[in-house]
Amino acid sequence: MSDTAEVPFRILPKLTDRNREFWQGGERGELRFWRCQDCQYFVHPPSPICPMCHSKNLAVEAVSGRATLTTYSINHQAWMPGPELPYVVAIIEIVEQPSVRLTTNLVHCPHDEIRIGMRLRVTFEHHPDPEGDVWIPLFEPDPEA
Amino acid sequence: MALASDTYIEKRACITGVGQSDVGRRLFRDPMELTLDACLAAIDHAGLTTKDIDGLSTYPGSLAMPPGFTGAGAYDVIDALRLNCGWYSGGLETSGQLGSVINACLAVASGLANHVLCFRSVWEGSAQGQKGRAAVMPSGGGPSKASGFMEWNLVFSAPSAATWIGMFAQRHMHLYGTTREQLAWIALNARRNAALNPKAIYTEPMTMDDYLSARMVSTPFGLYDCDVPCDGGTAVIVSRLDRARDLRNTPLRVEAVGSAIHGRPSWDQFDDLSTMANRDAAAQLWTRTDLKPSDVQMLQAYDGFSFLTMSWIEALGFCKVGESGPFIEGGERIARDGELPLNTHGGQLSAGRLHGYGFLHEGATQMWGEAGARQIPRDVEIGAIAAGGGNTCGALLLVRE
Repeated sequence: MSDTAEVPFRILPKLTDRNREFWQGGERGELRFWRCQDCQYFVHPPSPICPMCHSKNLAVEAVSGRATLTTYSINHQAWMPGPELPYVVAIIEIVEQPSVRLTTNLVHCPHDEIRIGMRLRVTFEHHPDPEGDVWIPLFEPDPEA
Repeated sequence: MALASDTYIEKRACITGVGQSDVGRRLFRDPMELTLDACLAAIDHAGLTTKDIDGLSTYPGSLAMPPGFTGAGAYDVIDALRLNCGWYSGGLETSGQLGSVINACLAVASGLANHVLCFRSVWEGSAQGQKGRAAVMPSGGGPSKASGFMEWNLVFSAPSAATWIGMFAQRHMHLYGTTREQLAWIALNARRNAALNPKAIYTEPMTMDDYLSARMVSTPFGLYDCDVPCDGGTAVIVSRLDRARDLRNTPLRVEAVGSAIHGRPSWDQFDDLSTMANRDAAAQLWTRTDLKPSDVQMLQAYDGFSFLTMSWIEALGFCKVGESGPFIEGGERIARDGELPLNTHGGQLSAGRLHGYGFLHEGATQMWGEAGARQIPRDVEIGAIAAGGGNTCGALLLVRE
């Protein structure tokens, strides 16, 4: 996603100390999550304690960016300014810990080739912003799967 | 240790009256007036006066956004009717719209109040005007940023529950082979019932072809899988059973409530996306009664989107998980003269998005035999009412005493 002319309007996330690593990891091509350093559980959305062991010893780690398509919906309705219609909203599960899901957009995939369970990889959409650029993690078919 | 089912205290609560304002696509009336019309109608229907009302409960309470989502808050109505309350509550973080009714049941059962006025009012039709849902969606251009739970879907241009619930339906189709032709029966059944409801929004006949050829909204949902925004208020009176014996209507005793959520309280992080929190609310309900799904003679179940009703049918055990498609297919079983009459007023799909309370209003109306042309032919003594979807689900089992 290098050509900003192709980038659709998005309402951007309000950056906080808790979510910044997630939304800006794409600058280095990394999908990042907070992870408990004591029990290795990935915590998403971010929270100051591990929901499994209640440790506060959390750190941000990059994952592979590979994921599985859990489900999707092809949106035809113009709810707000956004990507060209119709676009695909998807829920994905990351391969490192399938209980971590993201609602995202499936891109670069013909709609008749979408299959629940298909292997995906992350791709980032860069949005410059005065309050801090963000790199939105979208997903596309994984050619190596 | 499990309690004997007759010890659960919601059984000390009952429904004693219902009321509803005018209902319309766009009434352009003062939302407070619609709310109070409904409240006064319910109080009168129960055979009570405002002096008898000593509790109040509402969903979602006073909110500025989104426009039209709420017509009045708890304080608004307490003040407008000069109520003296032993207990009151208004809020949105509860077990769906019926969470407010469940709260009222517990309040009367615990002795904090004798007669609780419960209400839900909306003016989404007028608020959206001619521009539809887009008029009340967050828009670009301003300094607004996504935060809170919307951070994780708004950024991906997924602001609508049509898309979130469409994804549940898509997964159901993937896992169980459910089809759009099956989904259609929620909408078709609603429409044929709405034709007999003078307050319904859409009453003209709808065919399977009409359903399938309607424009897509968010797959697998087309236009007729999505409820219709409207204006209107609905109110019910929850009374202490021992204070209800001499009132106008036969008490509809609350046999059991379901309010549970065991998975993560989230649309996309819930543990099992083939079901919803209705799984937990419904399972809990059946632990609090000796009755079984086969005893239920009528189901009024939320259809903000068609699939939600199918999800409730499965969660409540009227069929196995995954089998709601065949269960509703053809529409005979769920017809007014079928084994499980469903959404007999037309649901929110055809009678208007009164947001949960319309189902309770209809269920009580049927159980009192006051439904007119759309009355279920069989006498209904046991009915189930269910509302909500995703992470906000609640259910009631009612028994006419």
